[in-house]
Amino acid sequence: MSDHLFTTQTLQVDEHTIEEMRHHIRRYLIVGVALAIGTGLTVWASLINFGSYEINIAVALAIASGKGFLVAGFFMHLISEKKMIYAVLSFTAFFFAGLMFLTVWSMAHNNIIQIR
Amino acid sequence: MEIPYAVKPRPDTGLYNAKIGIWLFLASEVMLFGALFCSYILLRVNAPEGTWPHHWLNIWMGMTNTIVLIFSSVTVVLGWASLKMGEFGRYKVCQGITLLCALVFLSIKSFEYHDKFIHYQVNLKDGRVFDGHLQKAESTPDKFVFKGRYIDKPEELYNPPLERAEEPPVTIAKSDIKVDPVTKQPMMENYGPWHNTYLAIYFTLTGLHALHVIAGCIVIFAIWGPLARVWEQDPERYINRVEVSGLFWHFVDLVWIFLFPVLYLL
Repeated sequence: MSDHLFTTQTLQVDEHTIEEMRHHIRRYLIVGVALAIGTGLTVWASLINFGSYEINIAVALAIASGKGFLVAGFFMHLISEKKMIYAVLSFTAFFFAGLMFLTVWSMAHNNIIQIR
Repeated sequence: MEIPYAVKPRPDTGLYNAKIGIWLFLASEVMLFGALFCSYILLRVNAPEGTWPHHWLNIWMGMTNTIVLIFSSVTVVLGWASLKMGEFGRYKVCQGITLLCALVFLSIKSFEYHDKFIHYQVNLKDGRVFDGHLQKAESTPDKFVFKGRYIDKPEELYNPPLERAEEPPVTIAKSDIKVDPVTKQPMMENYGPWHNTYLAIYFTLTGLHALHVIAGCIVIFAIWGPLARVWEQDPERYINRVEVSGLFWHFVDLVWIFLFPVLYLL
């Protein structure tokens, strides 16, 4: 629908909404700081020799996954989303896992699992 | 005719149309980037021993870009929260900062791309290999001036030290460069996507990501600027638009969170 057909409306903002949003804002700022610290941690961990390169990769991906959880969970509100969204994402997770499984399976099948 | 659930959520799902739409779109995006990540894994594990590059990208630039994107994600949610509280002015400031962050991100990325396009590997007739940045202003068609170093062992090329001293300029005559027997061109190639599989997947992943940043920028700018009048006419619809564009922006940030360690650090 084109914008010119809109009728002028006003936004009803009550005290409860404002209080709830202030709470959200505090949370967003904490998550933002945590993500920045996580970024520093990723760089720091990459400069450390954990004894095997595979461990370095696992640590870096674990930190990235933690940061990903913070973005998806809090900024994208996935920790309190509607069931329909979870249903859509469960299909995505299934096919994404399948994609990764096929990739790893093809490597194992060809004996090329060693990471360089 | 009014399109149902364009603004108000549908009672059974609790979602308005655009919200379910953006999540379906993001689901397809997960598969797109997932397929490219799988390509990266396959290329990496199939690379001959010792030929997968490390430290070819500037970690501090990548880290700065990560922080910039994270900061922009914070300003996006703060902008949305401001609208929920009816504070349009604060929203404008927050999204203005988001757009600024996007421009900073793209500028740093462009600088990194430029650095790769002036970075050359030169194969000389005497069998030596030179690796360095072309100094265009000082070069002529017959003589090239580089800042770089001669490579003694392949590992110096694929795994250079993180910290390097300032490299002095080196002049290489065109006549000293080996000629490719097939193309008859001097064997001097820059670090573009054609150079090797690492750079091919690097440019593909970061290029696609940069296109997403540009797309997100255009949408956020359109809502922030030309479409801002919708706030006066239908604030709820406007908040929905900001939320949907914000979801896309967070996804772009999410992708970069994985790209940074994979391409810059590991």
